[in-house]
Amino acid sequence: MGLITNINKAFDHRIRLGIMSILMVNEYADFNTLKELLDATDGNLASHLKALEKEEFINIEKQFIGRKPNTRYSATKVGATAFKEHINALERIINKQK
Amino acid sequence: MKSKDYLKDLNEIKHLMNKSSRFMSLSGLSGILAGIYALTGAFFVNSIINNIKESSNVLERFVITFDSVLTLILIAFGVLFLSVITAIYLSWRKAKKHNESLWDATSKRLLINFMIPLTTGGFFVIFLVEKEMFTLVAPLTLAFYGLALVNASKYTLGYIRYLGITIIILSLISLWFIGYGLLFWSLGFGVCHIVYGTLMHFKYDKKQSNN
Repeated sequence: MGLITNINKAFDHRIRLGIMSILMVNEYADFNTLKELLDATDGNLASHLKALEKEEFINIEKQFIGRKPNTRYSATKVGATAFKEHINALERIINKQK
Repeated sequence: MKSKDYLKDLNEIKHLMNKSSRFMSLSGLSGILAGIYALTGAFFVNSIINNIKESSNVLERFVITFDSVLTLILIAFGVLFLSVITAIYLSWRKAKKHNESLWDATSKRLLINFMIPLTTGGFFVIFLVEKEMFTLVAPLTLAFYGLALVNASKYTLGYIRYLGITIIILSLISLWFIGYGLLFWSLGFGVCHIVYGTLMHFKYDKKQSNN
C-alpha cells in the first residue's frame, strides 16, 4: 500500500476539486454560482460536472425558476466520503514530506 | 504531482470552501466605527439622564423627561443608522477591492441568519416597552444581539462568534445589575465592537491587502 492509494483520480483537476470543495460546504450550488466561483467557461465546467456525475459523486437537479431553467448540484454521500478520503490522503503526503 | 502541488490543492480547497460559504468582505473598521458611534450616543444619553436627575423641581423634571424621550429615541436610531450605513459602505468597498460582489448568496445567507434572532429580540423589546417593563430592555437587547452574532458567525469571519459570546456573557452579568443598563450597553455595543473590530481589522483586512 503506497501513499498514493487514496488519491482519487476523479479529483485530479482544479475544476473538479473546486466543484467538490464548494458542494461540501453548501447544500446546493447552481451552475452560475459554480461558474463564477471557479472562473470556468460553460463548456469546461459542464464537462467536469458530467465526469463527477458519472462517478455518482454529485446529484443533478433540474428545475424551473419562473420560466428559466435552473440546474443545481449537490454532493452525494459517496462523493463526500471519497472527497474526505482524498483530502486525508493529501494531508498525509504533505506531513510525510515535511 | 509533487507535494508542493498537493499543498496548493489543499489551500485552494480551503479558499473555495470559505469563499463559497462565508461572506468575507465584512470590514473590521466598520466594527470600530460602530463602537465609537455607540459610545458617543451613550455619552449624550448619559448627560440627558443626569440633567433629569439634577433638576429638583418636579414639574420641571417632568417636562424635561417628556422632551428627552424623543431625543433619546433619535440618538438610538441615529447610532443604529450610522452603524448600518458605515458597515454597508466599508464592506462594499472591501468587496470591490477583492472583485467580489456585496450582494450574493453568502451575504444574503449572512443577513437572514443574523436577522432572525435580532428581529425576535426587537419584537420582544417593543412589547416590553409597551408594557413599561424597562428593566429588562438592556439585558435582552444585548442577549439577542449576541445570539444573532453567534448565529451569523457561521457565514462570515470567525471572530464574530467570539464577539457574540462576549456580548451574551455581558447580557447575563447585566441581569445582576439592573439599573446600569446604559453602562452595559456602552460596554457591549461600544467597547466590545471597538476591541473585536480592531482584532478583525488587523487579522483580516491588513493581511488581505498585503496579498
